[in-house]
Amino acid sequence: MTREELEQIANTERQSQASTAQKLNVCVAAGCLSCQSQTVKEVLEKGVARRGLGERCAVKGVGCMGLCSEGALVSVDQNILYKRVLPADATDMLDALEAGRPPVERLVCPTNTPFFQRQKKIVLENSGVIDPERIEEYIAACGYTALVEALTELTPAEVIEQVTRSGLRGRGGAGYPTGLKWSTVAKAVGTQKFVICNADEGDPGAFMDRSVLESDPHRVLEGMLIAAYAVGASEGYIYVRAEYPLAIKRLKIAIRQAEKLGLLGSNICGTRFNFRVDLRLGAGAFVCGEETALIASIEGKRGAPRPRPPYPAMEGLLGEPTLINNVETFANIPPILRNGGEWFAAIGTEKSKGTKVFALAGRVQNTGLVEVPMGITLREMVFQIGGGVPDGKNFKAVQTGGPSGGCLPAECLDMPVDYESLARAGSIMGSGGMIIMDETSCMVDVAKYFMDFCMTESCGKCVPCRVGTYQMHRLLETITQLQAAPKDLALLEELCDLVKHTSLCGLGQSAPNPVLSTLRYFAEEYKAHIERNQCVAGVCGQEVHV
Amino acid sequence: MTASANVKTFQINGRDYSARAEETILEVARQNGIFIPRLCELEGLSTVGACRLCLVEVKGSNRLLASCVTRVEEGMEVTTNSERLERYRRGIVELLFTERNHVCSVCVSNGHCELQFLSQKLDITHIHYPYRFPKAEVDASHGRFVIDHNRCILCNRCVRVCDEIEGAHTWDVMGRGIDARVITDLNQPWGTSDTCTSCGKCVHVCPTGALFEKGRSVAEMEKRRNFLPYLQLMRGDQNG
Amino acid sequence: MAKKRMATVWLDGCSGCHMSFLDIDERLLTLAEIADLVYSPLVDAKVFPENVDVTLVEGAVSSEEDLHKIQMVRERTTVLVSLGDCAVTANVPGMRNPFSTKAVYERAYRENVTLNPGVPNEGVPRLLPQARPIHEFVTVDVFVPGCPPSADTIFYVVSELLAGRTPQVGSHTRFGA
Ligand SMILES: Cc1cc2nc3c(=O)[nH]c(=O)nc-3n(C[C@H](O)[C@H](O)[C@H](O)COP(=O)(O)O)c2cc1C
Ligand code: SF4
Ligand code: SF4
Ligand code: SF4
Ligand code: FES
Repeated sequence: MTREELEQIANTERQSQASTAQKLNVCVAAGCLSCQSQTVKEVLEKGVARRGLGERCAVKGVGCMGLCSEGALVSVDQNILYKRVLPADATDMLDALEAGRPPVERLVCPTNTPFFQRQKKIVLENSGVIDPERIEEYIAACGYTALVEALTELTPAEVIEQVTRSGLRGRGGAGYPTGLKWSTVAKAVGTQKFVICNADEGDPGAFMDRSVLESDPHRVLEGMLIAAYAVGASEGYIYVRAEYPLAIKRLKIAIRQAEKLGLLGSNICGTRFNFRVDLRLGAGAFVCGEETALIASIEGKRGAPRPRPPYPAMEGLLGEPTLINNVETFANIPPILRNGGEWFAAIGTEKSKGTKVFALAGRVQNTGLVEVPMGITLREMVFQIGGGVPDGKNFKAVQTGGPSGGCLPAECLDMPVDYESLARAGSIMGSGGMIIMDETSCMVDVAKYFMDFCMTESCGKCVPCRVGTYQMHRLLETITQLQAAPKDLALLEELCDLVKHTSLCGLGQSAPNPVLSTLRYFAEEYKAHIERNQCVAGVCGQEVHV
Repeated sequence: MTASANVKTFQINGRDYSARAEETILEVARQNGIFIPRLCELEGLSTVGACRLCLVEVKGSNRLLASCVTRVEEGMEVTTNSERLERYRRGIVELLFTERNHVCSVCVSNGHCELQFLSQKLDITHIHYPYRFPKAEVDASHGRFVIDHNRCILCNRCVRVCDEIEGAHTWDVMGRGIDARVITDLNQPWGTSDTCTSCGKCVHVCPTGALFEKGRSVAEMEKRRNFLPYLQLMRGDQNG
Repeated sequence: MAKKRMATVWLDGCSGCHMSFLDIDERLLTLAEIADLVYSPLVDAKVFPENVDVTLVEGAVSSEEDLHKIQMVRERTTVLVSLGDCAVTANVPGMRNPFSTKAVYERAYRENVTLNPGVPNEGVPRLLPQARPIHEFVTVDVFVPGCPPSADTIFYVVSELLAGRTPQVGSHTRFGA
């Protein structure tokens, strides 16, 4: 594959797309699929065929459009968005289209709202636009040009230079500088090197990575290929959880297509660069998202973390230098190479560059997937993009970072969303889960929920996490049953400190965060439970009889 | 590499020491009579860093490091004892006592148990976290040995010795978190294991009374470990 | 100086700790010079008195009666000592804890009985769901593990406490000692 050949594929595809005047894009990512979008697509296709509109109108399946709570979503020519479309609505939609009438009013979803306008799409630029199962569409959207350019015009060091300059930091949770990680692996000595894409995505409620893989799998492959070239790896793995069958299917299709075009395999683009990618399916253990556990799992061992150092960059898969990055991290790479590191570094804040994809959930008007520039305030996230708290209720807290993160109160709303600010406030960026809570949530109960998650997902290898999460959960249970004494709170705080500072891996080290942050901002609620047997939110204490 | 480049000089508790680059802080401390508590580490087995008792402070690192898996480095300044470390170590040992059912007074290992020893060494006179009192099994199906899960602390030594020294890999771990437990073969009674060679190594590396020989009564189970360095040496020779 | 007031209490334990206390032998006389034993299974008093300086408690809290007793003892004692593993860890009495009280009753009063099997419903205090260490119910000032703690340990602890000092228990005894 040369640059010219790539250009040719892109042009052919663009021409064929241009030949149909109207485009009906039906979201066929998991969210909308669960709202019958596949049937919607088929009915639309049949309708178009029956009405003989095939010449001027093309129906295609695309990836996620973001507003998952309003599925099934269908867009017409990228400017009209239909929401909550059912198969029965196809007739009305096609009638309007055929007659050139204004769109069907009851289905129209306004797109001039902050939910759409405040977003900035880099990772998701193709999501909801291209058919994820056709490599030609990815190529027509400038896909693989970054790879070809890197292979033919840049040295590995120059590639890393661009990534370093971009300021990109790992999107898997910890925010480690990607360029630095790449250069460490590049310098490490080994008989062989590996690149691993972490698509385990275990945070409850998070689905950013799944969406990227379902909507634009080639972007991740291209990112991995560029990384492999930069660090000198010839083999790669995508570790994806088995609960993501659609992502797996599309990845498999993408890999086959890329191989067929010579973009994966041996002598890629006629150079001496070889790269093979295999999928490995995770069985759904949260801890297997931790890099050393993930590597153990790929090696066929029990998925338990091991102490670092040595870091995977030095001794990873099979003891060889291994680059491991998150899906979204890789997805950022092609645009960075296409537009240059400086372009990326111009977006975001001083230390947190670019955009971040969030899965917005909980008590807000609009839930779904959004991509926003780093540095946007929590207030904008909740009240503009999220559309505020529904049913006239009051905002209480926003939870970021999932089970490793924390709950931030209204005082923090004007804080910018970046790695440092969130950490300073006692939470973390995490992988991008964002759950909004109103006054009907009890913060102790929320802390207990996350502790329950950590306790169940602890691998059981190290003592503080294995037994400490159990003990903390028990104490939280006692508090939410309104049966705790003041000394229980002291024990809880003591255990938080112990588990945070002595656990082996990030799971245990961050398991106390939801408790610590709620203790920090909602201490009054704990006190009310313990001293006055009272739960202001009215959640705790009631015996639930099933 | 020259011999001298391979030697690191560093400080433990303010005193100078030197050691080979591949040695861990715990090994060096042991050689020099500095006590660091440990339960998962055992000379002759690979290290897993699981019990977290050997945590030490290293100047310049904001995290505590498990000394059993941390190699010495030039200029390192290690503290093996501080009020904070003591507190954490006590907390960890106490958590272990709450996890299963340790009834030292009627235990085969009473007086010879590493967990019990540490409780006294760390001046633990009671457990201030609530006990769990779980239901745990005892498997006495093997002809010569018994595993009593009530006393297992999941140090993983049995798993490692069986795999790394005996080469049988009879033992493994199943389950997650608080439900994790050691199993023989595919979680079948030990007595029906096809892989167990009845060598007894697991019994003797076990730090507690979880693994013991049949016929031993209270306080009668003393563990013999001298085979470990010996076997290690033999292996080393064979491997050239 | 006024004599100190001392007591011993027996909850769910085997009386071994009390035996070990008696094993102090002639040193009991030394203790008697500085303290009166105002309540104990070893003496006649029927009611636990007020204003006790030091109380040694043997045994876990296993029944409603134990719970009631320990709360009263706590109220009336200045220095409360958990004496022995049963008091400190629940030890052997705690071995029933993984089972339901129903199963325990069945085992004790039916399965292992040949004469008049049947669970008594009077005269025997009701079991709590689990036998648990004293400090999970009331504040304990000094812990003396051991099954039983040796006479020397007990003598050391008691003399220190009666002299108004804090004993260094850890170097004298341990769980299961
Ligand atoms: C308990 C635990 C779970 C994790 N789960 C994930 C995950 O699902 N996906 C992910 O990309 N990183 C996860 N991580 C972070 C990885 O260990 C690793 O830091 C990351 O994959 C590195 O990629 P990045 O530098 O691109 O962020 C997890 C870490 C921990 C401690
Ligand atoms: S912190 Fe938890 S998940 Fe991590 S190694 Fe320890 S037990 Fe396993
Ligand atoms: S294993 Fe050790 S700590 Fe546990 S009961 Fe036996 S002697 Fe006590
Ligand atoms: S049986 Fe013994 S050696 Fe094996 S994990 Fe348990 S405590 Fe460790
Ligand atoms: S001895 Fe180091 S962690 Fe157990």
